Amino acid sequence: MLAGDATARARQMLTVCNACRYCEQFCPVFPAIERRTSFPVADLHYLANLCHNCGECLYACQYAPPHPFGVSLPRALAEVRVESYERYCWPPRLAEAFGRQGGAVALGLVAGFTLLLLLGVSLGDAPAPGSADFYAVIPHAVMVGLFGLVFLLALVALAVSLVQYWQAIRGGPLRPVPVRTWLAALRDAVTLRHLHGGGVDCASGIDDRKPWRRWAHHATLGGLALCFASTTVAAIYHSAFGWTAPHDYLSVPVVLGVLGGIGLVAGPLGLLIIREQRDPALADPAQRGLDTSLLVLLLVASATGLALLGLRHTVALRPLLCLHLGAVLALFVAIPYSKFVHGFYRLLALVQSEDETRREPLRLR
Amino acid sequence: MKSAYDVVVVGGGNAALCAALSARERGASVLVAESAPRDFRGGNSRHTRNLRCMHDQPTPYLLETYREDEFFDDLRRVSGAGIDEPLARRAIRESATCGAWMGVRGVRFQASLRGTLHLGRTNLFFLGGGKALLNAYYARAEHLGVDVAYDAEVVGLDIEAGACRSLQVRVGGAVTTVAASAVVVASGGFEANLDWLREVWGDAVDGFVIRGTPYNTGTVLRMLLDAGVEPVGDPAACHAVAVDARAPKLDGGIVTRLDCIPLGIVVNKKGQRFGDEGEDLWPKRYAEWGSLVARQPDQTAFVVIDAKVAGAFMPSVYPPIVAGSVAELAQQLQLPVETLQATVAAFNAAVQPGRVNHAELDDCRTAGLTPEKSHWAQRIDAPPYCAYPLRPGITFTYLGVRVDVQARVVMGNGQVAPNLFAAGEVMAGNILRRGYLAGFGMTIGTVFGRIAGRGAAAHARG
Repeated sequence: MLAGDATARARQMLTVCNACRYCEQFCPVFPAIERRTSFPVADLHYLANLCHNCGECLYACQYAPPHPFGVSLPRALAEVRVESYERYCWPPRLAEAFGRQGGAVALGLVAGFTLLLLLGVSLGDAPAPGSADFYAVIPHAVMVGLFGLVFLLALVALAVSLVQYWQAIRGGPLRPVPVRTWLAALRDAVTLRHLHGGGVDCASGIDDRKPWRRWAHHATLGGLALCFASTTVAAIYHSAFGWTAPHDYLSVPVVLGVLGGIGLVAGPLGLLIIREQRDPALADPAQRGLDTSLLVLLLVASATGLALLGLRHTVALRPLLCLHLGAVLALFVAIPYSKFVHGFYRLLALVQSEDETRREPLRLR
Repeated sequence: MKSAYDVVVVGGGNAALCAALSARERGASVLVAESAPRDFRGGNSRHTRNLRCMHDQPTPYLLETYREDEFFDDLRRVSGAGIDEPLARRAIRESATCGAWMGVRGVRFQASLRGTLHLGRTNLFFLGGGKALLNAYYARAEHLGVDVAYDAEVVGLDIEAGACRSLQVRVGGAVTTVAASAVVVASGGFEANLDWLREVWGDAVDGFVIRGTPYNTGTVLRMLLDAGVEPVGDPAACHAVAVDARAPKLDGGIVTRLDCIPLGIVVNKKGQRFGDEGEDLWPKRYAEWGSLVARQPDQTAFVVIDAKVAGAFMPSVYPPIVAGSVAELAQQLQLPVETLQATVAAFNAAVQPGRVNHAELDDCRTAGLTPEKSHWAQRIDAPPYCAYPLRPGITFTYLGVRVDVQARVVMGNGQVAPNLFAAGEVMAGNILRRGYLAGFGMTIGTVFGRIAGRGAAAHARG
């Protein structure tokens, strides 16, 4: 039964799933399958992002390889998932970025931006030794202008992709979704509820249910949120109160940033380690690079951020600041063209699932 | 695999694992000899989904109540006379304790959804189905130190004076003799043994589809019968449903079944109807169509529906054969065009007015037709027309070995074997002589697997 491209393979498997339905209480993917009798590409893109790759259905499947039906939904949907990122990417010509990633690419991007920044700051004077003054290295206005612009462009590109994806999976004119539906989906997304598959935890192997993947993911997302909060607080300090960096070690921006940095070291590192120990049957090997590049970017940004805090009174300030900002710039640029997008696609799929469930409770035999 | 065990369990499905866990938990050293490779372990339990369960009050997983007498009545209705009532009642009573026992051993269940799930009152559904249940049992067995040998086919049982002291097990090319203080046979029926089926059904077997595991070849059942164990059940009987003719010969499981027979008409290769498609509600009639189709030329039939009912049944894994007219459909199915047109025309002319309701025995029927369609009869006149090819799909066989209420095998002379036990499909014929009761096979396997495992451990450990 295995033939054709990723969407054709997924479609064949979903046809088996829809005739079987034994997995219907593992996660929302199966009720969503049962509400459909055919699977156009947009529906596949919806189901692919609704799947959290918990793995339960592969191990429960009586048709899993080596059965001739070869049903392996976690992997098939992972393959379709990356196709969906490419399909709705904006501008479309950058879609191929999703297939060309890896640790080396990520490091190259960081190195490139770092060199540019180093080149730029070498035109100015070196900061006074021990001053820990970032803005003596790169003036505040330059930093805000450069990062603000890149961040804004990245957000616009991401937003255009997401709107296209949302239109596709909604199918037809956009009807408003109630706020409570958004909130329910957001709760499921943030709590990673569907990594608990069958009520135990995410599967790493047939008899292996461990919380580590979920925790590493929480650490990553939490770290990211804390770093964002740190920057936001610092910006408010600067513009509203005139309190400029560097801040005390016990100030709100520094504490938030340190906690976030720790999360962003532990989380991505954990995810890299867990990936090596997980049953390869659950993953799409073609996406290793896509996973690695985002995790490496996050790791470099967080590790250099923490190092910068520790060494900001030394002569390492200037090169370290350029390295850290280079990594952050690379991360910003990567937002719409990397694994970063998966959280947003998944959230929209969860909203759609929640909306379907509320409008059309599952018909059971 | 060591050379001697307290208990050797022959088979690797639900009954076998329940026996192995029960014996191991009582301190016995246990070997499970599973003839399938690891990926296909578990016999037909791999294809199951639920267990019929008596309960006197609602649980998170079972609605309302399902008491012993109602359970027994349901069994008697499908199985008829000749069931071993003490054995049947033991299975029913002990089914009440199965859910808790299974839960402790890692099996997870599906919540009963809003009371709409068919069987939600009588049957406990495994989360993820039978393979997930088996995964939990095998993980538990491994954790407790049960030895599990895969690709391990039992090729000999040394039975003397009603006792089995050793077995020959073939792993790879090598046959090893394993000594056992007690033996539990839980090796299933013979439904995947085409040669054996041919002895009973002749060349009609060529048209059969075997729905379940290829590893239920019945070789151990035959060894027991050859050794003088008392047989039980009709040697020619098997449970068969109508499945899609495009199903694989073996192991197609649940997804090959077709639910649309009550919504259309069924014709044979001659283009003629041969059964009442609307005789009873579908779950009850489900099993009848296997043997109806088996008696048609080339064991082949076709269900024909029109656009009015498309989408009103569980989707099949195979796409329908679609045509714009009845004549075109006949050509695609290679049926005589004029006969099929005449069959459809006669059917349409005989349809009486009524209100369609697929959820109950409605008043839509034919009049003056042979055979009639008693319910859900609607004209077949809305193109496009769809057809699915049908074949008999064999689920399980009924022939087994007689056991007593302790699950001990009974010899032909009435003597009870002291250390030889049987559980699961290989002894289900004591209780279910014919027909089908959803989830009852898993009840028998779990209840008598536990009894056999306990008994075997007690015998072995003194």
